[in-house]
This record gives sequence, C-alpha cells and structure tokens, in this order.
Amino acid sequence: MNERQQKALDSLTGVVEGIYDQLDGGDIPAMELPLRSKKNIEFDSRHSVWTYGDLKTSRTAKTVNGAVMMLRTVYTSDFINDMIRDSKSSTLREMYYISEGWNNAKFHSQDESNLLAEDLETITGCMREDFKLRPEESGAHVYGDLNFTTMTKKGMKTMNCIDDVSEAGFAVPYKVEEDTFQIDPGNTKFIMAIETGGMYARLIENGFPEKYDCALVHLSGQPARSTRRLIKRLNEEYDLPVTVFTDGDPWSFRIFASVAYGAIKTAHISEYLATPTAQFIGVTASDILNYSLPTDKLNDKDIGALNAELSDPRFADEFWVTEIQTMLEMKKKSEQQALAKYGLDYVTDTYLPEKLTDMGVL
Amino acid sequence: MPSDSENKKPASTTKKKAPTAEQMAAKQQEISVTEFFEKNKQILGFDSRSKSLLMGIKEAVDNSLDACEEANILPDIEVRIDKIDDEDYHISIEDNGPGIVYRMIPNVFGRLLYGSRFHALRQSRGQQGIGISATVMYGNITTGKPAHVVSKIEGEFEMANEMDIVIDTKKNRPITSNENVFKWEGKDHGTRIEYTIKGRYITGKQSVFEYLKNTAIVNPHAQITFHDPEGKKYVFERATDIMPPRPKEIKPHPEGMEIGDLLKYSSNSAQKTVAAFLKNDFSRITDRLTKEILDISKVDGSKSPGKLTREEAIAILDAIKQVKIMAPPTDCLSPIGDTLIKKGLMHVLDGLRPEYYATPVTRSPKAVNGNPFVVEAGIVYGGDIPSDSQVQILRFANRVPLLYQQGACAITKAISEMDWRRYGLEQRGGKGIPFGPAIILVHVASTKVPFTSEGKEAVAGFPELQSEIGLALRLCARNLKSHLNKMERKNKTHAKFEIVQEILPDMAKKAAEHLGRPVPNLDRTITRIMNVVWIEPSVKKDGKSKRTVTYTVYNYTSTVRTFRLHAQLPKECLKDLSVYSSPYFLDINDEGKANWEIKDIQPSTNVSITFDLTGDMADTFDADDIYFSGLNPVMVMGAEMLPGDWGIKGMEIVESADDYVADDDEKEEEEDEDLDDE
Repeated sequence: MNERQQKALDSLTGVVEGIYDQLDGGDIPAMELPLRSKKNIEFDSRHSVWTYGDLKTSRTAKTVNGAVMMLRTVYTSDFINDMIRDSKSSTLREMYYISEGWNNAKFHSQDESNLLAEDLETITGCMREDFKLRPEESGAHVYGDLNFTTMTKKGMKTMNCIDDVSEAGFAVPYKVEEDTFQIDPGNTKFIMAIETGGMYARLIENGFPEKYDCALVHLSGQPARSTRRLIKRLNEEYDLPVTVFTDGDPWSFRIFASVAYGAIKTAHISEYLATPTAQFIGVTASDILNYSLPTDKLNDKDIGALNAELSDPRFADEFWVTEIQTMLEMKKKSEQQALAKYGLDYVTDTYLPEKLTDMGVL
Repeated sequence: MPSDSENKKPASTTKKKAPTAEQMAAKQQEISVTEFFEKNKQILGFDSRSKSLLMGIKEAVDNSLDACEEANILPDIEVRIDKIDDEDYHISIEDNGPGIVYRMIPNVFGRLLYGSRFHALRQSRGQQGIGISATVMYGNITTGKPAHVVSKIEGEFEMANEMDIVIDTKKNRPITSNENVFKWEGKDHGTRIEYTIKGRYITGKQSVFEYLKNTAIVNPHAQITFHDPEGKKYVFERATDIMPPRPKEIKPHPEGMEIGDLLKYSSNSAQKTVAAFLKNDFSRITDRLTKEILDISKVDGSKSPGKLTREEAIAILDAIKQVKIMAPPTDCLSPIGDTLIKKGLMHVLDGLRPEYYATPVTRSPKAVNGNPFVVEAGIVYGGDIPSDSQVQILRFANRVPLLYQQGACAITKAISEMDWRRYGLEQRGGKGIPFGPAIILVHVASTKVPFTSEGKEAVAGFPELQSEIGLALRLCARNLKSHLNKMERKNKTHAKFEIVQEILPDMAKKAAEHLGRPVPNLDRTITRIMNVVWIEPSVKKDGKSKRTVTYTVYNYTSTVRTFRLHAQLPKECLKDLSVYSSPYFLDINDEGKANWEIKDIQPSTNVSITFDLTGDMADTFDADDIYFSGLNPVMVMGAEMLPGDWGIKGMEIVESADDYVADDDEKEEEEDEDLDDE
C-alpha cells in the first residue's frame, strides 16, 4: 500500500466516522459538499485553472435522497477499503453492479455511482484512481515521435508512439501517473489535441506529425480524465505547447474549455487535469467566415448552449465572447472536415500552418 | 334500360283504378301480437345474430333471478351454450327456482305478453313479461326446432314435467308435444329451458360472458355457472348468503297517469264504486283526497268504475292535478346497498387487483310522476385496469346489466357531463367519458325504469334522474379523490418511515462494522427526524374469508403519549373475540365503530393492536381507514383525525406543549448538471 492509498483509506474512514459519531450523538447525519454547478466555479490564480468556490450544498438524512446518498457513502467507503486491502481495482461500472447487493444503497444507474465517486473525491481531496476505481477505456489515442514507458503484463515497457504502435496510435490507459507511466518527449515540439477521429486519421495519413514534430492526441469527444491528465503532464513537465483542434460548434468549445480551464463536474481536481496554456486552433466562428467553410444551421439546442456559455465564467474573455457572439449572429456552425472543401491536403498544407504560425507555435 | 315503347305508353292506361274500401277490407286481417313481433324482431332486441344469442340468455337468466328472489331461494343458475353448426346454437339455462306448475308451463314459455302485471308495480328485472316467450318464438322461427322445458316444484312427491313448446304465431298460443312426467333425480325444484337458435357467439364487451359477469357483480347472492361453446367452464361464485330484500308491490300512483291507463284500470277494477276505486286501487289516495277529487271533477262517486266515461276520466285526471298527493312510497325499492355493491365488485373484479374500491353510494329514493326510483354508484380504481383508455362503464337497471346503446343512455350522459379532472381522472376539456384506470358502476332501480326502447338497453333521461345519477357519482368520486390524496400523502410520509426503519439502521450497522465499534442507538436521531406518532396498518390474508389486521403504533416523539384510535369494522365479521382481547380495546357500538385507547406509550417504543375479521365481508374492510383522537394532528402520521360526525364523543384535543419542530423538508439544493463533462 503506497502513501496515496493510505491517505485515501484514512480519509474515507474519516467520512464514515463522521456519520457514525453523528448517529451516536443522537443527531441527524448531515454533510457539506461544494456546490457543483457553474454558479460555484472560481478562477484559481495560483494554478490558473477554474475550481470550486465556497458555495456549499448540505446533504441530510432527513430526506430520502440525502439518507440514501449517505448510506451509499458508507457502503462505497467500505467497498473501496476492501479493494485497497486486497490490491484489487474495479471499473465504475463494476461498482454499479456490485451495489446490487447493497439493499437500499443500491445504485439505480451508472450516473449515480459516478456521481458518488466524484462526491468522495471532493470530500476527501483524493482522486478516483486512489480509490482503485477506474473508468472504461476511453478510446483516446496518441500518435507522434515520443516514448511512453508503461506497465504491461510483461512488466515495464517502452514504446514509441509511431514505431511501436498501429496506425491508430497508442491507446491511453486510465492511469497516467509517474509511478506507472513515464514520458520521454523525444523530438516532439508541440501537442495537438483533435476532436474527431476523421481529422486525426487525415493528419496521420498526410504525414503532419512527422513533418512538424507534432504529437497528436485524439480526444474522442469529451476527453476522459486520463487524456486530460496526460496532456497536462506533457505540458507541465516537458514544456510542450498544447493546441486544440475541434469542430466549430458550441459543444466543441466546451471540449476546449475542459482541456484548458477544467470541467465543472471535476473542478475539485482541475489543478491536476487542466492545461491553462492550451490554445484553441479552431474551427472558430471567424474561420468559418475567413475560409468560407460549408456550414450547418444552428439548432435550438446549439443556440441555448451558446447562450449558456456567455454566462459561463470560463468563457468570460474577449476572444470567446467575440467568437460566441459571431456564431450567434451568423447562426451557422461547421465541422473540422469541412476544410476538405479545398482538397484533402488543404488542412495540412494551408490551414494548420497558417493558424499555427499566427499562434506562434511554428 | 326501359324501351322507348314502354315510355310512350299513354298515361290513361297506366293509371290504376283506386281500390275500393271493400277490396281493401278483404286484404285487412287481424295481425296477432306474435305476428307483429315476428315482423319487428328488432324491437325486442333480436336485431343481430350475436345480440339474439345474448338476448335469449338474458331473458331466461333475468326470469330465473326474479323467480328465486320471489321464492326466497339463493339462486344457482347454470348456462350452457353448445355450437351445433355454423349458426345454430343449442342453449340451456337451468335454475333452482321454485319451479312452474304443470298447467302454467305452456303459457309462461309459449305466449307473448302473458302474465304481465298491468295493475301492480314492482321493481323487477323483466318488467314486461315479454322476454322468454319471445326467445322461444325466435328459436322456433330461425331453426324450426321447438323449445324444451323441464320444471319441478318443491315437494317430496312432486314429479318433474317436461315438454316441447312451439308458438302458433297467428293465435299467440303455445302448442306442446312430447309431454312427459318423470322423477328429476337430485333436483328439489327448479326449471330448465332449452332451445335452439340462430346466433353468433362472440367475446368482448357485448358478450354473454360479459353479461353474466356483470350480472354476478350486482347479484352477489347468486351463483352463476357458464359453459361456453368451447367447453370452458366459468363459475361466478356466490359472494354472500344475504338475499336482497324482496321488492314490494305497490299500487299505481295517480300522478303522471295517462287517460288510457285510468280507463284500463277502471274497467278492470273489482271495486263497486268510483270512490272505492280511487281510494283502494291507487297508492296515497285518502278518504279526504277521494272526496276532493270527486268534488272538483263532479263525478258521481257511487257509480261503478266500469261505467266511467271518457269525459269523466278526463275530469278526474284534471282533478288529480289540482290536489296535493303524497309522493309514492319508496320502500318498495330494493337497492343493492353500498356494502354488497363493493362485495360484488371485489368478488368479480379481483383478478384485476384494483388498488381501491371507492365506497359505493346508494342515494335515498326519489319519486317523479308517481314513479319511485333510486340511484346507486360505485367506482373501482387502479391495479391492472388499463390506464390509457376510457374508463369502463357498467350500467345496470333493476340489477340487469345494460350492454348495448351505451351512447344513448342517461347514465353515460351523466358521466360525460361531470368534470372528472377534479376527481383525479383525465378528461379532455372536462367533458365526455373520462380516461384512466377506473371502472364506474351505476345502478338505477325503479318500479318503472324509463327505457329508451322496448329492447331495454338504455335508460331514458329526465332531469331528476340525471341529477340523482350526478349526485351519486360525485359522492363516489369524492371518495376516490380523497383516496388518491391519501395515497399521495402516504407515499410522501412513507419515505420518512423508510429512512428510520431501514436506511438509518443499515447505515449505523455498516458504519459500526467498518469502524469496529458497537452499533449506536438510533432512538434520539429517529425522534429528531420523525417527531410524530406513527400508525402503520397491515393486513394478513388468511384464506378467502379471514383477515388479520394489525395496527402498529410507534411513538417517535420524545414524550409519553396517550390517545385513542377508532375504526369502523364490518360488525358481521367480528364473530371471534380477538378484537375484545386486545389490552387497548375500549368498546364497540352496534354499528361496528370500535375504540381503542393507547395509554402512556413511551418514547421510541411501539405497541400493536391485532384482531381477526372473519366471514364474507372480511375483505371489505380498508385498513387505511383508521382515525385517532386526543393528539395534535401535526403529531400523527398514518391515521386521520377523527371527523366530528363520527358519532362518538371524541377526547378533547389537547395542544401539546412540547417542542414540535416544523417539518423542514426543504429539498437539497439542486446539484446542477452542466453539459460539458466527460
């Protein structure tokens, strides 16, 4: 058992003890948690990321919801305790199924069990990985001339992310901390995180990573924690600039925000996950105009999302307000792959070099 | 195409000579009643194959039930349908009624309009006495086969008689054949009618099965066995041994009488004088009224009623309108009654496992135009009753189910005019038949139910009836609504009970286990969360006719409590003494209103009151109907405060002085979900 695990164990026992003492003292068990909403995220200037503020929500056993959540806390703590002792780990989904035997504490959906794991993180200040809980593989991949040394069934192994992997790249594991995951940046000069698999494959096929000494990270939609953590480590430990290349729509802006500023649901660990210096390549609303890209109409949900972003403190800077308002005005959105309008090589020969030069990366 | 030549025929040759009156007279002949009906079958309801099959059975079963009731016999009726070929069905209906004496059998089954009671009124199923013979005739006409009747009256040495019957449609007279006298083994008394009829057997809303099922609901004292054409046997068991009271015959009431009625009555009267005729042949006519009517109409009271002229009759009717006559007696009606309606519904609908049987409502009788009537209603709710379609309407007139012409019926109209949204059912625009998991039952009983047609399929509306149906339904719907409210409250409060009974003990146990410490005592925490006296009812089903009811009373407050509990028990179910043996039992009155006193119940403790209900009515008791007195209502959950009109002297409610904390069930602040997450 390492130090982190011991700390996790002690913190969880502390939580259970709190509940026990309240019951033993004849009180109604209650807990305070940070309010996990965009109303309660603040800029942490020390880490330059967004974290939870001081607003709290209280949970009390007076309501069925509150009582059940506390009962689950006790059961989950006990379960994690057993796993740490037995050197086992489980996926969040497995925990959801294990709860079948927990009577009233049973989870009714996986969202509930995910939420509880995050609750425990915020209460204890530990990370999910310390609790030996892991998510499903996310599907995120890395391609580029850098080397990862990581734990395999046959011990620690070093792999180059061009030579030793398939065309799809290196699959990112759920835990990328130093103890089991070491990084050698090789010749890599910068990182490009890409939203869609189509664009990731296009860049590999066109030889973009080799030509510009760039490592590509396929985010596969909203990036999983380990993907964000890996990007953070590459940036923080090896000083590699990070760029993000997504579709041009409100949802993609949020993907960038969670890479750069931290996601609201995981704001308690933003300092581990967010890469504040990450830069947004596009597709921006201005790109749509400047490159006259083919577009789709914004639907009502898109417009709602854009308006919500205008009141999101993470987007409250000049660049984003302008971009969002431009998009709202033209009522259009576009995809990364719309650049193929000018041919398959256009993105690697023209668009990216132009944008990256403007940004000072090249 | 007509040829040209035809068209060009001169008009004079085509013009027929007008037939003379003599020629017409040669063609005119008497049409017997029987012949008339043969030509107008649809008047009696024989207008389709499937309906014909049902109508015949309906007439026979109605007659059997009437006969059994009259003879004070618990009816046992067996209906059998056998398919002979494509369209021909052989029907047999056997009862355990009083039987029919030999000489009357042909007339009862082979003569239309026989035995009609024109001069006495009574709530009966048949009402016109036209039915069963019409069935026999219809069978004769459609298949050419005679009906077969077997009957035996009570008596050790009585033999059974059997015979074939066909109806001479010209003369309206029965023709019998194959008469036989025999010993009916194993049968004390009863009648069986068999006939062959062209028909079509169907299932569903207007089927024989549905008719028998609905009949069983409103005749819980009857046992009905049904063999369908596929050989399946269904038994609607008797739900109660209590016979409905025999409807009394009453004399006609003068109000609303037509001139024809009066002349018919007067010519048939056995009275010697008009004065005696008025006084004795009508209800509610006193000596004083007789004199008044005769004075106003200026008719000689001493003349024979048979000699009454048309003009005199009109004068008498005018006079009747001017005098004030008491409404007809209403004790002649025999409503089913709330308990038996509930019992009947429960018995037959049990398969649907309804969640709630709204206490049925029996209105007090009313009279309009000399006819007394009474309306009853019941609502069944929830369970497996389909919730996404219109409610099912069960209509009854004098205990007979009405299956056809729902849309034309005053009952349907009354239901459609009510705003059911107020009572927890869905209804578009607050009009029309409501939607939801409910069955609505309405029964109209009268000495003369106003039907829209001779087929007796829909009740005709008049304002007083319409309003009575509306009132009965509203009362019933109010019961339903208060049940729905109660369930909602219960679900809410039950959540708290779950917290203290299950979640907290589990939490304490698991936490103690995790920490290796003793399980903490939860009394104080529970008291803080609840701070109420909790009454938890439970019912254990033990066979068909036994229910063990337990009320567990938890004192989740911090002080010692003393209070009373009250419930209305079905008194016929208290045969064993279990209710008296509870240490908390105080007393019970004749109506079954029972009182218990819980004295000095300590905080964080509980006590139970248990008793058995036995017999037919045991399942009609709703354990949620429990009341308390002697506590501040905010301190109690699981029971209602004793209503003021409960008829017993409740204890005074003492405002408790202790620290009652207002229930602050504020919701946990919503934990907003944001959209941008992994």
